[in-house]
Amino acid sequence: MQGVRIDLISEERLSQMPSMEKIRLILDNVREGTIVILESGLTPDEQSVLIEMTMQEILPDGFSGIEIESYPSKQKNPGVFSRFLKGDESRRLTVIGPANQLKMIRKDRGFISAWISGR
Amino acid sequence: MGISHTLSRILSGLFQKKTARIGIYGPPNAGKTTLANRIAGDWSGTISGTTSEVPHETRRAARSGNITITGSNGKSVTIDIVDTPGVTTRVDYKEFLEYGIEREDAINRAREATEGVAEAMHWLREDIDGVIYMIDATLDPFAQVNIMMIGIIESRKLPVIIAANKIDLPDATPQRIRNAFPQHPVVPVSCLDGTQIESLYEEMVRHFR
Repeated sequence: MQGVRIDLISEERLSQMPSMEKIRLILDNVREGTIVILESGLTPDEQSVLIEMTMQEILPDGFSGIEIESYPSKQKNPGVFSRFLKGDESRRLTVIGPANQLKMIRKDRGFISAWISGR
Repeated sequence: MGISHTLSRILSGLFQKKTARIGIYGPPNAGKTTLANRIAGDWSGTISGTTSEVPHETRRAARSGNITITGSNGKSVTIDIVDTPGVTTRVDYKEFLEYGIEREDAINRAREATEGVAEAMHWLREDIDGVIYMIDATLDPFAQVNIMMIGIIESRKLPVIIAANKIDLPDATPQRIRNAFPQHPVVPVSCLDGTQIESLYEEMVRHFR
């Protein structure tokens, strides 16, 4: 059967993985043409390292980078108690795929529409 | 004399205020180098880098040092401006071929661009004290690179000003950028013709002091 492989990784599983293991898993899978969906996304630091490592792995006529899509982070509650609220609102569902296979069609604050093509 | 000179250097190092390093970040072709050139030209009489319609014209972070910007209230800020390569998650040399660049040069350009983006990310984690984030006001502000970069800047607790650039173009809608990032100051500006550049300088003096 021909098609595109999609890996969905749960928040629980992600929370048990060190940052570098997560980034390595994403890049290894995406380089093979897999679409990776992370239930809880990456921290900003992990995103920063992912961009840096992606750049280091780009090759002419080979891997050309990643397409990554997530919702914008929720607006922080400006109230005085907001700092005591638990949870990282910046980590939201994230879709990552090869740059030449995944293309965002439309996105706004609560909606992502993307096109996935075969290799 | 040797000892007193060394002591004087140590003391001045201890009490002298460090010049803040302000990084100009944003996606390719947002106008980062045009802004860096305008700031350097307006306040120090120098030019920082070359500009072009070809993406990734800036492929190395370029620093213009000791620029003092004075606001209308007489207060000033002295900063180093770091013009960084456009941040992206993809670089394909074939895109450069469309601009008439030869294959070999396009491959080199792509390699330099990837190194430059990696370097820019490294600078942001290690060496930047504040950010001017450039967004092309004619494009969708919800582009993933903007969402990621603003998140990264916020997580590092760096002061940030968003410059909604290219307001000289008819399609520019800086209000969309304000709506997308209401938690940060957004200054509509045209770095090309200088429209409202004074407002950006005022915000820089207020924000980066």
